[in-house]
Amino acid sequence: MHTETLTQTYPVTTGTLREITLRINGEERRLSVLPYVSLLDALREYLDLTGTKKGCDHGQCGACTVLCDGKRIISCLTLAVMKEGAEITTIEGIDHPIQQAFIDHDAFQCGYCTPGQICSAVGMLQEGKAKSRDEVKDQMSGNLCRCGANQQIIDAIMDVKGGENE
Amino acid sequence: MAQIGQPISRLEGKLKVTGAAKYSGEYNVPDLLYGYVVNSSVTKGKIVTIHTGDAEALTGVVKVFTHLNRPGTAWFDMQYSDMDAPPGAPFRPLHNEEIKFNGQPIALVVAETFEAARQGASMIRVDYQESAFETDLKKHLDAAREPKKGMATMLKPPPPKPTGDFEKAYAEAAFKASAEFTHGTEHHNPMELFTTTTLYDGKGKLTIYDKTQGTINCQLYVGNVFGLHFKNVRVVSPFVGGAFGSGLRPQYQLFLSVMAALDLKRHVRVTLDRSQMFTFGHRPQTVQYTRFGATAGGKITALNHRSVAETSQFEDYTENVANWSPMIYPAGNTLLEQKLVPLDVNSPTDMRAPGGCTGLHAIEATMDELSYKLKIDPLELRLINYSTFNTAENKPYSSKQLKECYLQGAEQFGWSKRSAEPRSMRKGHKLVGYGMATGIWDAMQLPARAEAKITKDGKLHVKSAVTDIGVGTLTVMTQIAADEFGLPMEDVVFSYGDSKLPFAPIQGGSFTTATVGTAIVFASKALKKKLLKIAKSSNPGFKDAEPEELVFKDGLMLYKEHSVTLLELVAANKDKPVRTTNLGYPHALKLRKYSRAVHSASFVEVEVDEELGSVKVTRALTAVAAGRIINPKTARSQVLGGMVWSISKALMEETILDANLGKYMNQNLAEYHIPVHADINELDVLFVKEEDKVINELGIKGVGEVGLVAMPPAIANAIYHATGKRINQFPIHFDKLIDL
Ligand code: FES
Ligand code: FES
Repeated sequence: MHTETLTQTYPVTTGTLREITLRINGEERRLSVLPYVSLLDALREYLDLTGTKKGCDHGQCGACTVLCDGKRIISCLTLAVMKEGAEITTIEGIDHPIQQAFIDHDAFQCGYCTPGQICSAVGMLQEGKAKSRDEVKDQMSGNLCRCGANQQIIDAIMDVKGGENE
Repeated sequence: MAQIGQPISRLEGKLKVTGAAKYSGEYNVPDLLYGYVVNSSVTKGKIVTIHTGDAEALTGVVKVFTHLNRPGTAWFDMQYSDMDAPPGAPFRPLHNEEIKFNGQPIALVVAETFEAARQGASMIRVDYQESAFETDLKKHLDAAREPKKGMATMLKPPPPKPTGDFEKAYAEAAFKASAEFTHGTEHHNPMELFTTTTLYDGKGKLTIYDKTQGTINCQLYVGNVFGLHFKNVRVVSPFVGGAFGSGLRPQYQLFLSVMAALDLKRHVRVTLDRSQMFTFGHRPQTVQYTRFGATAGGKITALNHRSVAETSQFEDYTENVANWSPMIYPAGNTLLEQKLVPLDVNSPTDMRAPGGCTGLHAIEATMDELSYKLKIDPLELRLINYSTFNTAENKPYSSKQLKECYLQGAEQFGWSKRSAEPRSMRKGHKLVGYGMATGIWDAMQLPARAEAKITKDGKLHVKSAVTDIGVGTLTVMTQIAADEFGLPMEDVVFSYGDSKLPFAPIQGGSFTTATVGTAIVFASKALKKKLLKIAKSSNPGFKDAEPEELVFKDGLMLYKEHSVTLLELVAANKDKPVRTTNLGYPHALKLRKYSRAVHSASFVEVEVDEELGSVKVTRALTAVAAGRIINPKTARSQVLGGMVWSISKALMEETILDANLGKYMNQNLAEYHIPVHADINELDVLFVKEEDKVINELGIKGVGEVGLVAMPPAIANAIYHATGKRINQFPIHFDKLIDL
C-alpha cells in the first residue's frame, strides 16, 4: 500500500484578501483578491471579462495574452496584485484593423485562441521588431492554434503590417 | 445571388475577434461554485482510504465528493451509454473504489472560489492498494483479439471478408512491399479546456453550458444517469473552443458538475486543467502490418493490411484502420484484419480522421515503397490502379474525381520537377524530397430534424440542436437556408447549439453539413408547401401551382407571372409565423447501389538537414474532391487545419506513455508538441469540381477529416525521397534521421 499526496501542497492558510484597483481598457476596476489570484482569473472570474482565454494556465499556449502598458504579457503567469496602476488592455478593449483582417482571412475556426493571437499581434506590431514574414511567424509562435489556422493568422497580420510579405 | 458556393466570412467572426463569443466556462452568475477534480496517481488498484479532512477544513470549501459520499446515480451500463459509446461498460466517475487507469477522476472539491477548490484538491491524500497493470501495446500483441460489436459499430463496419487467395497471390506477385507501422497515443487537446457550467434553477431544472459536440447527446446522458426528465435538462453550447472528437462523448466534468449542482442545489462550474485534458479519450496506440503484391506492370494483385490497437479494459473502442486499401485500389486478393488489445488505460475516443489517418499512412507508404521497387513514379502507380469502383463493397462510387485531384494537384505542385531517385535533390546542405499520397474518407449522412419558419418581418428562421465546433456550421447552414428561399444572408437566422432545438446527432465524422443541410432542405420543402397552401387561399393566381413549380427570389414567391411576398403570406396567416419541422434522412434505397467517399491527394516538399536530421515541410498542396463545396472559404480552412494536423502527426505530436508507471509523461502543451506558426510554411488547397447527383439533395460530402488522411504519408514519403530512409513510426523525429 502506498500513500500519496497528489500534488505539491500549498500552504494551508488561504492568505488575506487584498483590495486592489486595476486599470482595464481605460476603466478603473476595484476588486478584492487573494495575493495568488492570477491576472487571468481576476479578469475572467472576478471581473467577467471572459474574452481573455485560458488554454493551459502555465504560460505554454498564449491564449491568455493581454497588453500591459502596451506590451504583450501572459496573464496566467501574472498575479493580479502585481499590476496595480498598470494600463491593461484585453481583447474587449482592442479596436484595431487586425480584427477585420482576421475575419477576412478566416484566421480562426473555433476562435478560442483568437483573442490571444490578436493581442499578441497588436503587441508585436508595436514592438516593431519583426520585419519579414518569417520574423512575424517566429515572434507569434508563443500563440498556439490547435485548429490549425496558422497560415491565415500570419496572412492577416502581414496584410495589416503591409509590405515584405514575401 | 446564390449564397452556396460563395466564400462568405464566418457570421460569428465579429464575436470571436472582440472577445464577445461566450464559451461554456464563461457564463458567470452570482453564487457560482467551482469544482476542481482530483485524479488518481496510480494506474490500477483500489482506493483504501481517501483523506478529505484537510480540504474540507479549508475556508471556502463547500464539499468534497468521492465514491464514498457521491449521490446515487443510475444502475445500468446502458444508462451511461451515449451516442458514441463503444460496446462495453462506460466509465462511471466516482463509482467505487476501483482504479482502472492513471488519471481517473477520484474526487471533486467544490468551493466558493476557483482558488479554494484548487487548493483543496491539492490537499486530498489517498492510500492506494496498487495492483499490476499493463499499458504497453507492443508487449501484448499476442493477446490481440476481435473487437466486440455494438451500436457504434454501425458507423464503423468491420473490414470486408477476405477475397480471392491472398497468400497465393502474394507469393506469386512479381513485386512486393511489406512493412510494420507504429503510432503512439495522441490527445485531442483543443485550446479550450473542458468545462461545464451547470445552472440550478431551484425547481429541479438544469441549464447546462457544456463543451460538447452534441447537445442532445449530453442531454440524454444527463437525463438517464441522474434520473431526470429530459424536459428538465437543457444543454447549451453556442461556442465550442475546438474538440476534434473529444466532445463526441459526454466527458467526466459534465457528470461531476451536474452531480454537484443537484446535490448542493447550487450553480456549479467544473473546469479541467490542461494535464487533466490527457485523462479522457485519446487516439489509441496502434501497430499495423502491410503486405502488398503487384505485377511487373504495377497492377496491385494482393492486399493484406492488419492492425492491432489498444482499448481499455471496459470498452471495445474500434476505429477503421485496415478497411481502406481495397476501397482505393482494386485487387482480386485481399486479407484485412483489425484487432484489439485491452490495456489499463482509459477508453480511446474518435480523434479527427479516426482510423483513416492511421491506416492511410501504412497503405500509402507501402504503395510508395512499391513504386520505388517497380521503378514507376508514385503518381503513375496510383493512376495504373485507378478505379471508380469500390471493390471492398462491390459497388461503384456515387462520384469520384480523385483522378482530377491527382492530375490538377500534380500540375499545380510541380510534381514533374521531381527526380526519380531518392537523395537526388538538394539545396545546399538540405536534402530535398517530394512525396505524394492518396486520401479517402467516408461520406456519411445521418438523420436529423430541422425547423424552418417565416416570421412576420419576412425573416427565415432555421433551427437545429447541432453545435458549431469551429467548422463553420452557422455560416454554411445559413447559406443553404438562404438559397432555399432566394433570400440574402441577412434575412436568415440560424439557431443552433441548444438541446431544446430539433434533433441533430453528434457533430463529427465529416457528416454534419450533409446531415443538417439535408434536414434544412427537407424542412424548407415542407415550408414551401405550407406557403403555397396559404397563397392558394389568398391569391387566385396560385390556384393551380404545384410546389415544384414555385420560384423563390428576393423575398418573393413566384409562379408564372404571379408573385406574392413572404411578408404578405405571413400576413395572410394572420401574422402568425409559418412553421414546419421535418426529418431529413439519407435516401437508403437509392444509396444502396453506391459507395460514398470523399477523396484527396496530397503533394509535399520537405527539406531535411543533412547534419541535424531536422525536417521542414516547405510546401504542401492537398487537392480535394468532396462534392459540392458550400463555402470555399471555411472549407479551405477546414482542409488547411487538417494539413497542419498532418504536419503535427507526422513530425511532432505524441503522448508518451511510461509503461513502468502506466502514466502519460508529457501532459502539458510545452511537452506535447503541436506546430507553432514558425513550423507552417506554404500550404495550399485545391477543390476539384465534383458533381454528385446521388448522394443527397445538395451533393455534399464533407471536408472535416479529409485534410488529415493523405498528407501524413505524403510527408513520410517525401522524407524517404529526400533521404532514402523509410521511417514507419510516427512522429518522425530528427533522432531517426540524424546519421544520414
Ligand atoms: S493560459 Fe496563459 S499561456 Fe496558456
Ligand atoms: S481558432 Fe481554434 S485554436 Fe485557434
